[in-house]
Amino acid sequence: MSEKEKKEKPKVPRQKMPEQDPKVRAKNFDEVPFGYTPDLAQLEASRCLQCKKPKCIEGCPVEINIPGFIKLILDGDFTGAARKLKERNSLPAICGRVCPQEDQCEKFCIVGKKDQPVAIGRLERFAADWERTKGEVSIPEKAPSTGKKVAVVGSGPAGLTLAGDLILKGHEVTIFEALHKPGGVLVYGIPEFRLPKAIVQAEVNYLERLGVRVECNCVIGRIETVDELLQEYDAVFLGLGAGLPQFLNIPGENFCGIYSANEYLTRSNLMKAYLFPQYDTPIARGKNVAVFGAGNVAMDSARTALRLGAETVRIIYRRSRDEMPARIEEVHHAEEEGVQFYLLTAPVRFLGDDNGWVTGVECLRMELGEPDESGRRRPIPIKGSEFQLECDMAVVAIGAGANPLLPTQTPGLELNKRGYIVADPETGKTSKPGVWAGGDIVTGSATVILAMGAGRKAANSIHEYLMNK
Amino acid sequence: MYKIIYKREMAEKTVCHFKVEAPRIARKAKPGQFVVLRANETGERIPLTMGGTDPASGTIDLIFQVVGKTTALLRTFNVGDSIQDIIGPLGRPTHVENLGTVICVGGGTGVAVMYPITKAYKEAGNHVIAIIGARTKDLLILEDEMRAASHDLRVTTDDGSYGHHGFVTDVLKKILDERKDVKLVVGIGPVPMMKFLCKMTKEYGVKTMVSLNPIMVDATGMCGACRVTVGGKTKFCCVDGPEFDGHEVDYDELVKRQRAYLAEEKVSMEQFVARGR
Ligand SMILES: Cc1cc2nc3c(=O)[nH]c(=O)nc-3n(C[C@H](O)[C@H](O)[C@H](O)COP(=O)(O)OP(=O)(O)OC[C@H]3O[C@@H](n4cnc5c(N)ncnc54)[C@H](O)[C@@H]3O)c2cc1C
Ligand SMILES: Cc1cc2nc3c(=O)[nH]c(=O)nc-3n(C[C@H](O)[C@H](O)[C@H](O)COP(=O)(O)OP(=O)(O)OC[C@H]3O[C@@H](n4cnc5c(N)ncnc54)[C@H](O)[C@@H]3O)c2cc1C
Ligand code: SF4
Ligand code: SF4
Ligand code: FES
Repeated sequence: MSEKEKKEKPKVPRQKMPEQDPKVRAKNFDEVPFGYTPDLAQLEASRCLQCKKPKCIEGCPVEINIPGFIKLILDGDFTGAARKLKERNSLPAICGRVCPQEDQCEKFCIVGKKDQPVAIGRLERFAADWERTKGEVSIPEKAPSTGKKVAVVGSGPAGLTLAGDLILKGHEVTIFEALHKPGGVLVYGIPEFRLPKAIVQAEVNYLERLGVRVECNCVIGRIETVDELLQEYDAVFLGLGAGLPQFLNIPGENFCGIYSANEYLTRSNLMKAYLFPQYDTPIARGKNVAVFGAGNVAMDSARTALRLGAETVRIIYRRSRDEMPARIEEVHHAEEEGVQFYLLTAPVRFLGDDNGWVTGVECLRMELGEPDESGRRRPIPIKGSEFQLECDMAVVAIGAGANPLLPTQTPGLELNKRGYIVADPETGKTSKPGVWAGGDIVTGSATVILAMGAGRKAANSIHEYLMNK
Repeated sequence: MYKIIYKREMAEKTVCHFKVEAPRIARKAKPGQFVVLRANETGERIPLTMGGTDPASGTIDLIFQVVGKTTALLRTFNVGDSIQDIIGPLGRPTHVENLGTVICVGGGTGVAVMYPITKAYKEAGNHVIAIIGARTKDLLILEDEMRAASHDLRVTTDDGSYGHHGFVTDVLKKILDERKDVKLVVGIGPVPMMKFLCKMTKEYGVKTMVSLNPIMVDATGMCGACRVTVGGKTKFCCVDGPEFDGHEVDYDELVKRQRAYLAEEKVSMEQFVARGR
C-alpha cells in the first residue's frame, strides 16, 4: 500500500456491539449486548495502531498485553487472543463486560486522542466468549505440589483470582464462601442482563477443574474462626468484600417496600426472585420506584425494577450528572430504557400507609457548593424547596461499608476507623501473621479489576511466604 | 447436601421435628443460635432455630411449624432425603448466667426455640420455671422435654382441654404476683404474645428477653431485610439478635414487616398445593 492509498483508506469508526432494542430488553433479563461477531471484532481490532509504547496498558490495573491480544484477533487466532489475556487476567469474560474502561485502558488509548478509543473491553469480551463457547478452554500446567495449604475466605473476584494463581503454583487451596453460591458480587449483585451467571459459574468450574476446593455455606467467624483456620492452613486470605448496606437514616426507612440495594439485588439475582413463583423467593414489584444513589449499584437496581414491571423508575441523586459514579455505559443504557433522573435532589423522609408500606418520599432540592474532601462539589440544600414524590417501592443504593462479622471476631487484625481491614497495598499483608486481605474489604467499594489485582498481589506475597516458611 | 436421619410429626402434623446431619454446625452451635436453610435449588432461604445439637453424632435438631410453602415442602421430606443448603450457626448465642430465678415462657412453636435456652439456664444453676402453651391439647409440643429442662413446668391451653385454661400470660402474672425473686423472664412465641407479655413484665419491672423472627435473606448482616427497631434504633436481627430486651422492641413495625409478602406467600402455597412442589 502506498502512502497515498493509506491516507485515502476510509477511517474505520469504533464498532458498536449489536444489542437488544431498549423497549424489548427493558422487559427481560437477557444480556443487553450480543457481543461482536468475528467480522466486527476484526474490524475493531484493525483500529489499534499496535503502538510500540502502548499507553493503554498503563490504564489497566493488571497490565494486560493489549496490543498483543488485539493483534491475535486481527490475525483470526481468537483462542490465542484469549490465552494472551489469561496470562494477566484470569476473568477476561467478566472484565470485558464490567470494567469501567472509560476510566482505565480506553482512557489512555492513543486513538482516543482524536477519535473514539479502540474498544478494548469489547474485544476482550469477544475473545474470552469465543474460547468459552467454542469449548477451547485449556487447562494450564500446574507446578509440582508444595504440600502447603491456603484458606481463602470469600469467593468474589479477589478470592477467585488468588485461588487461581496459588493453585497453579502448586499449593492446596480451599475457598470458604458464606452464601450458597460462589462469585461474590458477581452472582449476588450484578444482574443477569449485565453479567450472565453462567459465565461466573464457568469461571468457578474452571478453578475447580484446576483443583481448587469451594466450600459454600461457611460463614467464617461463626462456623470457624480465622485462628482455627490458621491451625489447619499455612496462610489465610480474606476477600470479604464490602458487604454491609448503608441506609439513609431518615424517618420512615423501615416501611415495607424499602430495600437496601443488597437485599433487592440479592433477592433478584442470587435467589432468582425475578422468576417467582418458579423460584420461591418473593420480591416487591413496584409501579413507581425510587432509587437513591447514582453508582453502578443504583443503575442495576433501577434497571431491575423496570424489568420487574415498574411504570416509572426514578434515580434520585443529591449531586449533579458530572459527579455520578456509574460507568457511562450503564447510565446510557438506563436512560435508553426509560429510567428518569432526579439530580440535585435529596430525600428527607419516607411516607407510608397504615399497613406500613411506603407510599412516597419527601425530597429537597440541592445546589452545588465548594468541593469537599472527595474533590466533588458539596451539595447544599435549598431552603423551603421540599416536594413529595409518590412511590410504592424504594431502593437505597448509596454505598456499602465493612461487614463487622468476621473482622470483630478476629483478634490481632488491625482495622481502620471505618472498620476496613488494614493491609499493605503492595502485598496484602495484614497486621496478623499468616493473614492477608484484599479487595473491597481493604479499599472500600471499588471495582472488579482492582479486587482481582489485589488478589494477584496477595497471591505473590503468600507464595513467597510459603516457599520460605 | 444435608441428610435427614430422623423425622417426627407432632401437634397433628402442624409441627415437624428433623434431625439433620451437619457435623460442623453441631460442633459449634450454642443455645439461641439458628441456621438458614434452602430446601432445594428453587427454594427460599428461611431461618430455623436449632432445637438442640448432638456434636457426637454430628446432627442438629430443627423443629418447625408448617405455615407456608417452604415449611409445607419440608414436611414432605423423609428420612434419607437431603436439604440442599444449611448455613450456621448464625446469630448471637443466648447470654446465659446464674441469676437466681428465671421464667421461660414459650407459645406455639416458640416452645421449640425455647427448649435449648431453658436447658441452658437450668444448667447454669438457675431455678427455672417454664410455662408453655398452645391453642389446644393436641397442638402442645415438647412437654416432656420442657419438664426435664426446668424445675417447674406449667402448661396452658386456650380452650382448657389440658392444663390451665387460658393464656401463658395468666400463669406468668400469677407467679409474678407470688414471687418477688424473679430476675428474668424469657418470652418466645407469636409476636402478639411477646408484645402482651412484655407490657405486663414492664409493669412488674422484671427484665425480659424475647427472640424475634423477622423475614431474613442472607442472615450475615449483608442485606438489612431483618431490620427491627429496638430502643428507637435500627438493628439487624440476624447479627445483633435474635434476642433483644423485650421492653424496647417496636412490635407493631415487626408485625407489619413480617406481613410484607402475604400476597406472594399465598401464590406460592396455592402453587404448591396444586403441583406438589
Ligand atoms: C450491584 C453492583 C454492581 C457493580 N458493578 C460493577 C461494575 O460494573 N464494574 C466493576 O468493576 N465493579 C462493579 N461493582 C463493584 C465490584 O463488584 C466489587 O468491587 C468487587 O466484586 C469486589 O470484589 P471482592 O472480591 O473484594 O468482594 P465481593 O465480590 O464482595 O465478594 C466477597 C465474598 O465474600 C463472602 N464473604 C464475606 N464475609 C464472609 C465470611 N465471613 N465468611 C465467608 N465468606 C464471606 C461474601 O459472601 C462474598 O461472596 C459492582 C458492585 C455491586 C454491588
Ligand atoms: C431467627 C429465626 C428463627 C426461627 N426459628 C423457627 C423455628 O425454630 N421454628 C419455626 O417453626 N419457625 C421459626 N422461624 C420462623 C420461620 O422462619 C418461618 O416460619 C418460615 O420462614 C416460613 O416459611 P414458609 O415458606 O413456610 O412460609 P411463608 O408462607 O413464606 O411465610 C409465612 C410467614 O413466615 C415468615 N417468613 C417467610 N419467609 C421468611 C424468611 N425468609 N425469613 C423469616 N421469616 C419468613 C413471614 O412472616 C411470613 O408471613 C424463625 C424465624 C427467625 C427469623
Ligand atoms: S482488564 Fe479491564 S482495564 Fe484491563 S484491559 Fe481489560 S477491560 Fe481494560
Ligand atoms: S494505545 Fe490504543 S492504539 Fe495503542 S496499542 Fe493500545 S489500544 Fe492499540
Ligand atoms: S437477613 Fe440480611 S442482614 Fe439480616
